[in-house]
Amino acid sequence: MILALVMPVALAMITLALLLNLWGLLRGPDMPDRVLALDTLYIDSIALLVLLGIQFDSQLYFESALVLALLGFLATAAFCRYLVRGSIID
Amino acid sequence: MLIDLLVSALVLLGTAFALIGSIGLARLPDFFTRLHGPTKATTLGIGAMLVASSLHFSSQSERLALHELLVTVFLFMTAPVSANLLAKAALHLRVRSIAAIPRAFRDSANL
Repeated sequence: MILALVMPVALAMITLALLLNLWGLLRGPDMPDRVLALDTLYIDSIALLVLLGIQFDSQLYFESALVLALLGFLATAAFCRYLVRGSIID
Repeated sequence: MLIDLLVSALVLLGTAFALIGSIGLARLPDFFTRLHGPTKATTLGIGAMLVASSLHFSSQSERLALHELLVTVFLFMTAPVSANLLAKAALHLRVRSIAAIPRAFRDSANL
């Protein structure tokens, strides 16, 4: 009942957060800024998937959220290693 | 009904924190201040949202749905690690900072 009122507001706020992250990704003056924006982008998309799971009463979104969490951390770690060392696998 | 209210409150709290973290990422002046928004506010926000999802599915399916806690635990372990890696990369690349030069360093360098 009240959840049906709250969910559109929550989805709109998360979408606004994703757009702000995209703007940070496009603007960011240095490479670490862009990697930080990408890191925030994947965390916010996990939030969007969780909210969609609540909205549509489906457990299927959870698995994609888990895969996204694993791959996002690996991507951030690989980007940072590339920025520091110049290569990912020596 | 009570669980519905609790889920709504947690969802609103989580999205508010995620939005505040993203506003911090967009508006703060340099990289080292910008690192604060996403790593703390957004992580807390997504923790609240995952607790809300766990409560919702537990009330829907009449049994405990604890698998959302897996994502929470994983994110709470990896967020500080990735923030540390990013800060190390920024220090290595000598990213522009608005912090003042420390007094001891300034005196010894005769600036």
